[in-house]
Amino acid sequence: MTRFIIILLSAVFINNYVLSRFLGICPFLGVSKKLNSATGMSLAVIFVMLMATAVTWPIQNYLLTPYDLGYLQTIVFILVIAALVQLVEIVLKRFLPSLHRSLGVYLPLITTNCAVLGVTILNIDEGYTFWEAMVNSLGSGLGFFLAMVMFSGVRSTIEERNIPKSFRGLPVTLIAASITSLAFMGFGGVIENLFG
Amino acid sequence: MKTLQHFSKGIIKENPVLVLVLGTCPTLATSTSVLNALGMGAAATIVLFFSNILISALRKVIPDKVRIPCYIVLIAGLVTAVQMLVKAYAPDLDQALGIYLPLIVVNCIILGRAEMFASKNRVFDSALDALGMGVGFTLALFLMATIREVFGNGTFCGMEIPVLADNHISILTMAPGGFFVFGILIAAVNKFGKHKPRKKDFGCAGCPHSEVCGKGTCPSGKEAADK
Repeated sequence: MTRFIIILLSAVFINNYVLSRFLGICPFLGVSKKLNSATGMSLAVIFVMLMATAVTWPIQNYLLTPYDLGYLQTIVFILVIAALVQLVEIVLKRFLPSLHRSLGVYLPLITTNCAVLGVTILNIDEGYTFWEAMVNSLGSGLGFFLAMVMFSGVRSTIEERNIPKSFRGLPVTLIAASITSLAFMGFGGVIENLFG
Repeated sequence: MKTLQHFSKGIIKENPVLVLVLGTCPTLATSTSVLNALGMGAAATIVLFFSNILISALRKVIPDKVRIPCYIVLIAGLVTAVQMLVKAYAPDLDQALGIYLPLIVVNCIILGRAEMFASKNRVFDSALDALGMGVGFTLALFLMATIREVFGNGTFCGMEIPVLADNHISILTMAPGGFFVFGILIAAVNKFGKHKPRKKDFGCAGCPHSEVCGKGTCPSGKEAADK
């Protein structure tokens, strides 16, 4: 149990995907302008990350590794994610139209989101068991959610300020991201102290 | 002359990292040291070169509706090949780049060039475009890595620099420094760049956010709006 909590907390705070691993920067910069879209995008990411791990982990461990096909990992994973995203979209449209309305637009973007492919590959590289991998994906998704929601708040404040001309838009956003990331560095070492 | 432009535009005028702001994840992650940055740049350039050639050659064969999945499979295949080569001949680089090597598959620059250029142009032009963009990507990475390694670690390509080695600002090699240096560089480009091309002038066909940005100024944005 402790191990699950450690994996979850380190994925959310210490190895935060956006702020310390630099995965999923494009949606972080692109979709974090408004709180609504930031929440929608991150919920869709959490959902797809969990689904993708649930599918790719068995594929890797019961298909690719036993038959010595490890080199197909990248191709297989990206195809699985692309197909999965399509499937999720169709299923949501049919059975949960209200959820589809709120998440629908973000789903196609997720295929090219490096955080999703990243989490599936990292789960394999770290040698996690199935449930550890699932917890890690959940933590990574939650970390993405946290970063997006926090940052959308930061951005809405920046927008109203008077900023030097050449820093307007992306540069000041990146500097703000730098400071947010600095704040997250403060979490380093917390887990070791909590759980020995 | 025009052919040469396909090559040169990627280096400064349409620099994929500093002007078009594509491929930010590998830029931030692998620019902690100059050697990593060059390795990443070279790997991405090779993939981009072959993917542009293949996609351009197959542009009349690939049906329009399933083009994106086709491109992704082609790119994933090339990335796997590069990954195996790096593992075999440069295991240190493989260790250093880690997860970012397979993640070239989802690098927006490669899919973006496939969608914006290779799917509409001749093989030769596409190859030049890929080389230009690849060199532009590598140069931007090199510039960022130089700043981060020299000031953050006091070394250049692993060689110690006398005064800086004792007075390095190590935060620059960490995550916050990456965002910071990138922000400053883009601000510098905004300030001193003669051309101020907007992203929409190039279309955002390769941009994964076109559907959410909702401006509908780009082809895929329009497509999304029509839906």
